[in-house]
Amino acid sequence: MCINRRAPYGTIYALEGLEVVLMGAAFEQDISVVYLDDGVYQLKKGQDTTDSSIKNFSPTYRALASYGVEKLYVETESMEDRGLSEHDLIVPVKMISGAELTELMEQQDVILNY
Amino acid sequence: MKFGIIVSAGPYTHQASDTAYQFSKAVLERGHEILRIFFYHDGVNNGTRLTTPPQDDRHITNRWSELAAKHELDLVVCVAAAQRRGIVDVGEAKRHGKDANNIAPGFRISGLGQLIEVGIQADRVITFGD
Repeated sequence: MCINRRAPYGTIYALEGLEVVLMGAAFEQDISVVYLDDGVYQLKKGQDTTDSSIKNFSPTYRALASYGVEKLYVETESMEDRGLSEHDLIVPVKMISGAELTELMEQQDVILNY
Repeated sequence: MKFGIIVSAGPYTHQASDTAYQFSKAVLERGHEILRIFFYHDGVNNGTRLTTPPQDDRHITNRWSELAAKHELDLVVCVAAAQRRGIVDVGEAKRHGKDANNIAPGFRISGLGQLIEVGIQADRVITFGD
């Protein structure tokens, strides 16, 4: 499982979190990707980084499915706190509560935080 | 038990790499195995042999090199993170036309696949740093 908790830009973590998921997919691992806290902004539609000269890597999230990464989870509370709904996101996700996320984390062999 | 260790914080600013070292030393002393220590993000700065702390301070890089030599540890520096931060071995220096290298003894530069691999092989993977 890869947990993403930070906004897409401002730090390198979101990009690195995406890289590690793609590498895990190359190793044919059963990967779950979680977005919570400001991490939910990583999946937001309409990202425009033109003025910051930082690469907009958000289109890559759409490629995850073709790498066999289909278990994408977004924490409901994080979305609600930020006034976001599933329609604001660039890829289909499963919305889960914090409590459900706890259970999901219990099932993982390895958890990487970004 | 087989451990994988991730060090994602640089030396000296935060205590994370000190804690990673103390933890690694402790598990080895208890007879456990460390399959790999993966230096990631700013953690790659643990692996430059040009590190020169004041004489009365701990030498974090040398400490890793010594631990690696003693226990034949695999200290891997993430290549993408290293390139961004100027951590270079002989091969990387040649490939990118650099006039020097600075990798410390016992460290090697490799890719993110090494992190995934240790995740598969280890019983526990523990991250130090954020």
